[in-house]
Amino acid sequence: MKKIQVLGTGCPKCKKLAENAAAAAEALGIECEIEKVSEINEIMGFGVMITPALVIDGNVAVTGKVPSVEKIKQMLS
Amino acid sequence: MDWKSEWKKLAVIGAIFIGCFYLPIEHSRFNNAVTESLHLVKWYAREHVLLCLVPAFFIAGAISVFVSQASVMKYLGAKANKVLAYGVASVSGTILAVCSCTVLPLFAGIYKMGAGLGPATAFLYSGPAINILAIILTARVLGLEIGIARAAGAIVFSIVIGFAMHLIYRKEEIEKADSQTATPSPEVSRSLWQNSLYFGSMVGILVFANWARPGADVGLWFRIYSIKWIITGILALALIFMLMIWFKKDEYGQWVGASWLFIKQILPLLFFGVLIAGLLLGRPDGEGLIPSVWVEKFVGGNSIRANLFASVAGALMYFATLTEVPILQGLIGSGMGKGPALALLLAGPALSLPNMLVIRSIMGTQKTIVFILLVITMATISGIIFGALF
Repeated sequence: MKKIQVLGTGCPKCKKLAENAAAAAEALGIECEIEKVSEINEIMGFGVMITPALVIDGNVAVTGKVPSVEKIKQMLS
Repeated sequence: MDWKSEWKKLAVIGAIFIGCFYLPIEHSRFNNAVTESLHLVKWYAREHVLLCLVPAFFIAGAISVFVSQASVMKYLGAKANKVLAYGVASVSGTILAVCSCTVLPLFAGIYKMGAGLGPATAFLYSGPAINILAIILTARVLGLEIGIARAAGAIVFSIVIGFAMHLIYRKEEIEKADSQTATPSPEVSRSLWQNSLYFGSMVGILVFANWARPGADVGLWFRIYSIKWIITGILALALIFMLMIWFKKDEYGQWVGASWLFIKQILPLLFFGVLIAGLLLGRPDGEGLIPSVWVEKFVGGNSIRANLFASVAGALMYFATLTEVPILQGLIGSGMGKGPALALLLAGPALSLPNMLVIRSIMGTQKTIVFILLVITMATISGIIFGALF
């Protein structure tokens, strides 16, 4: 079970990233929990300054951009 | 039926019904205001969307995809040269803050993990004011000098405010979060000069496509005006050529995708902003719901009171990205002075009630209050100076 966290204060990019992550996980058939982190101090706790960011199992995978579904698939597998 | 969850909808429907019941269409002021707002929307659609906003969205999209934000953050990190950090913080909003929602996380990051309070507040103040879309639309709609004054004023005063915050709280060094800053490693696929040419051609297209007809039919400006489509065309061909030889396939997708995100995010806000500004304030030569006399009374001329009023109002109000421009256009048309207009532009986008609350959660109540007071003071002073000069 993977834990995917999407960090962002709620702008369209963050929503897009969450959608892409969900699509990627579904395409791979991985069971996962997607959590949105919008509290700014929590985002800082990950060491992320440029949102949106994608955190997989506690590791920051992407910051500052919205990767494609394909890219997220590679990161997840 | 669960009335506990349904009463909100009932209240909304009730409010709309009462609004319709008493719809003041027999009053000429109201009808006039509706016409004014539709005229304003039409004017924006004709004059600003195709030539100005669309290229600007593509530039903003390109910045967010191709300019390495990590390379800028290097200068704002914990080990950064402090003097340099102020300079970089004050101008980096141009490329970092293309989307207003990125300003607050970056501010928190610079404060807690990076160069500290001074550069962080400098960035917080200048970021929203000098993002590329805001400068372009301000200069185009409100006039070149106020566009330049907005950018220059934001840069200069951000350094002053950042440094003042640093001096006030110099004894206090916050414990830096020990979490490692996760900045993406820059992927270099084009050299600096290639990127410069690429951005240069886009900015060129924007500038020449919008070249205004000068007053006289002679001179250099007019000659440029008469061949502006040829210049724009050459630049467009150059841009297409560059895209073909230097860019990978997936980069097109990213670029268009990022631009599309901006368009989706900003155009609806701007549309409603223009509609509401038109309804309340009318076109520059018309009148909306709010009588021009009131506007002139509160923010006309260039008195300290007018400038202060504009700064305080701007600091409290929330402006969605770019909507400050049509609102100010309406206010100026109704008799607002140029000084107070600049004061509102400087205090407005940097602060609003909701973002004050977020800032407070990051750096505490006292520092937030000091910051707000500094912003209001600086905005007022720059308004007075600008109003006296122009």
